[in-house]
Amino acid sequence: MAANLADTTANDIAELANKKPRTLWGDAWRRFKRHRLAMFGSIVMIVITVGVLIGPYVWTVNREELDFTAIMSQPVANHPFGTDDLGRDQFARALYGGRISLSVGFAAMVIAVSIGTLIGAISGYLGGYVDEVLTFITNLFLSLPTLPLLLLTVYLFRNDVTAKLGLEFGMFVIVVVMVGVLAWMQTARIVRAQFITLKQKEFVEAAICLGVKRSDIMFRHILPNAVSPIIVAATLEIGNAILSESTLSFLGIGFPPDTPTWGRLVTDGSQFLQTTAHLALIPAALIFITVLSINFMGDGLRDALDPRSRL
Amino acid sequence: MQIASSWKRSAALLAAALLLPLLVACGGAAPAAEPTKAAEPTAAAAEPTKAAEPTAAPAEPTATAEAAAPASDPKSLKILYWQAPTVLNPHVSSGTKDFDAATVILEPLAHYNEKDELVAYLAEEIPTIENGGVAKDGTSVTWKLKKGVKWSDGTDFTADDVIFTWKYASDPKTAATTSSNYTIIKDITAVDANTVKITWAAPTPNPYGSFVSFSGMIIQKKQFENCVGEKALTDAACQAANLAPVGTNAYMLKEFKPGDTVTYVKSPTYRNADKTAFDTVEIKGGGDATTAGNAVCQTAEADYAWNLQVPKAALEPILAGGKCQPIAGGSFGVERIVINFSNPDAALGKKRSEPSQPHPFLTNPKVRQAINMAIDRKAIVENLYGPTGVANCNILVVPESVNSKNTTCERDIEGAKKLMDEAGFPEKDGARADKDGKPLALYFQTSINTLRQGEQAIIKSNLKELGIAVSLKAVDAGVFFSGDVGIDDTLNKMYVDMQMYTNGPDGVDSASYLAGWTCAKMNSAENKWNGGNDGRYCNKDYDALYAKYAAEFDTAKRTALAIELNDMLIKDNAVIPLVNRRTPNAIINGLVGPTYNTFDSGLWNIDSWHK
Repeated sequence: MAANLADTTANDIAELANKKPRTLWGDAWRRFKRHRLAMFGSIVMIVITVGVLIGPYVWTVNREELDFTAIMSQPVANHPFGTDDLGRDQFARALYGGRISLSVGFAAMVIAVSIGTLIGAISGYLGGYVDEVLTFITNLFLSLPTLPLLLLTVYLFRNDVTAKLGLEFGMFVIVVVMVGVLAWMQTARIVRAQFITLKQKEFVEAAICLGVKRSDIMFRHILPNAVSPIIVAATLEIGNAILSESTLSFLGIGFPPDTPTWGRLVTDGSQFLQTTAHLALIPAALIFITVLSINFMGDGLRDALDPRSRL
Repeated sequence: MQIASSWKRSAALLAAALLLPLLVACGGAAPAAEPTKAAEPTAAAAEPTKAAEPTAAPAEPTATAEAAAPASDPKSLKILYWQAPTVLNPHVSSGTKDFDAATVILEPLAHYNEKDELVAYLAEEIPTIENGGVAKDGTSVTWKLKKGVKWSDGTDFTADDVIFTWKYASDPKTAATTSSNYTIIKDITAVDANTVKITWAAPTPNPYGSFVSFSGMIIQKKQFENCVGEKALTDAACQAANLAPVGTNAYMLKEFKPGDTVTYVKSPTYRNADKTAFDTVEIKGGGDATTAGNAVCQTAEADYAWNLQVPKAALEPILAGGKCQPIAGGSFGVERIVINFSNPDAALGKKRSEPSQPHPFLTNPKVRQAINMAIDRKAIVENLYGPTGVANCNILVVPESVNSKNTTCERDIEGAKKLMDEAGFPEKDGARADKDGKPLALYFQTSINTLRQGEQAIIKSNLKELGIAVSLKAVDAGVFFSGDVGIDDTLNKMYVDMQMYTNGPDGVDSASYLAGWTCAKMNSAENKWNGGNDGRYCNKDYDALYAKYAAEFDTAKRTALAIELNDMLIKDNAVIPLVNRRTPNAIINGLVGPTYNTFDSGLWNIDSWHK
């Protein structure tokens, strides 16, 4: 009896020893998988991302080709999203437009998160006068009307930038930079709050006692512990950036008129709502589904990375 | 909890996404537009054609719409312009929207009606040789002014105001966009308080070159007397006056939000104030043509929608709404591609697009001809304009007597390719390059407007077939047509290789319009980019022929010369006409008075509109 018990205990211990240790990210992934909407969003995003990346190689219809024999076509097999009043294949255009929208979303997110993290980290860690100034700047930016500022910026810098970088890439740079520059504030606030909390922890005090440089404490010790909310903020930022780009394109201000961003497709199609509503509704739905999926992912990540979550 | 929250967010997003296009269709706001009758500078005058014969009395308002459904408030008039007015002084404005907004307040001596006849407004009658108003030798014209006309501030309208307007608009430092209509005057004298005698700088066959139509509106001396010269645009008080002119028309300004809305109220000092139909008139700018059309024809929220420049596929359902009547006819202007003969390369700095900097390849006549031959006008008209446009090879189409029959513009892509080869730009792998191997590439701009973006797409496709890469640019109409020298994206500066818009002669006389291709009118920094020749085309033969035309008194010869000038421009591909536009305005059923008008503002007779 005693021998059996000893064997069992030994086996358990051996099993436990062989088991991979649980990690923060492993736990997060398990929680994330249980969040059905987040998984749905992730799958949709993978489909959309892969679709817009490899789609144009599979669906080889020229997005700029005019076909006056097939204008205003309803969705059919050879034109899944129909055609516009010049006979252009809307599916090919939507695939290309998706590249623009997603590129803008990710690039602007990188800028916003980088600026937000830097400012939030400095503000939260250093505190005092620096914190006051940076918080004031953050609040100042939060009070700026984003859309008018975007419009103004486009008008101010469009000619100079596009002259150097070309119309499409130049506009990409302007849109990405401005959307990013006007969207870092939420991240900064989150990071600041995290840093204020984390800088009180023992591991930070230990690092200070060991003489670790301040920048190393901030970015090598504290920042990794604050990465979860940053990831969540970053995810949501992608959606916001896509919406901003779509708004600019919708107003006809953003990319050149022949660049079929999703916002541009909504604008072009909006004139034909009475007869061929799908021309506007399909790209509008693409924007909606993409942003919604990203938000689902953000929700899932927030829950998954929250140690208090019981999902 | 989180799931519920996510679904709420989803529902909100779904609603927003689906509502977005619906909002656009039902009344959103977006920019766009073009200057159809933006005053082209005149160097000389032309002669009155048959179409310009004056009428003895103001035309009766035309009942263009029988009251199938009564318009909303009979005491208010709501007008939609998808290009918002930015200034109300017509002499410093540059677009139809500004002239039209000013027309509600100000008046010329005479307006053109829909039949291209002159109708006396501030004049007592139209001067003719028969009534002794026009000198037989073409040296002068005498206008009798209406008596008892008052400005909206209660002061009398007199000959002094007419004389002042001439001095104001003709001063080169004022940089008036209407200057060409006034620099042709040598002197004006007040015969008495209600009679002015205009002496021309040179004998002219056209006695109606000044103070007529939208470019002839008379401003008040009292208000603008300190605004002659540079102060017109730089002095704060003058700028304020430009936004709030005192007028003589049936309505006076109540409130003006530049780039947005102009609100007018009935002027109590108007000579026929008892017949003024509306207590308030509002011109709401912005939005887009579809929205404006739907607001009149579908939802009846507005009474008049200007320039429904939308694709054929969108126009038909708008007009089918049943609550409006389209007003179309004559010519709204010629949609054209302007070729930049100067070099718009940004690397040139301040010399960019200056006439002294020739374009690297568009100055080659074979290249221009090839571009012209490559463009598929038929596709543009059939797929985009439908009944509102006609494929057109001439830059001068009205009056009909000057519409040349000598030009053709059938698409010939193979011929175009051959021309490019001959010009020294051989094709390799579907693209053409110059002798240094630099690919031929063009920047092509126009205003933001779905129809125009469709045209751009077709033209880009056409030129790609020719081997020329085209980068498209669309500029907010308020910017594109702005006369603001501080803005780079204006059609006046033309910092691109080609641009597209609509324009046409501002009167039955084509002299000022045709002057827009003379060397003296080339836009440059020196004339604040406001010369009127935005393509910087300069041809001594054209100038010589123009001078001959301007001096010609015989009607038949003058018509022949106008045609010859048109043909010279077309054969030289100085400009590429695309479409003679017949864009309709729409009026709500029950609104009486609006007419189509080729040579004047669509609001020319707004004083007599009623519901």
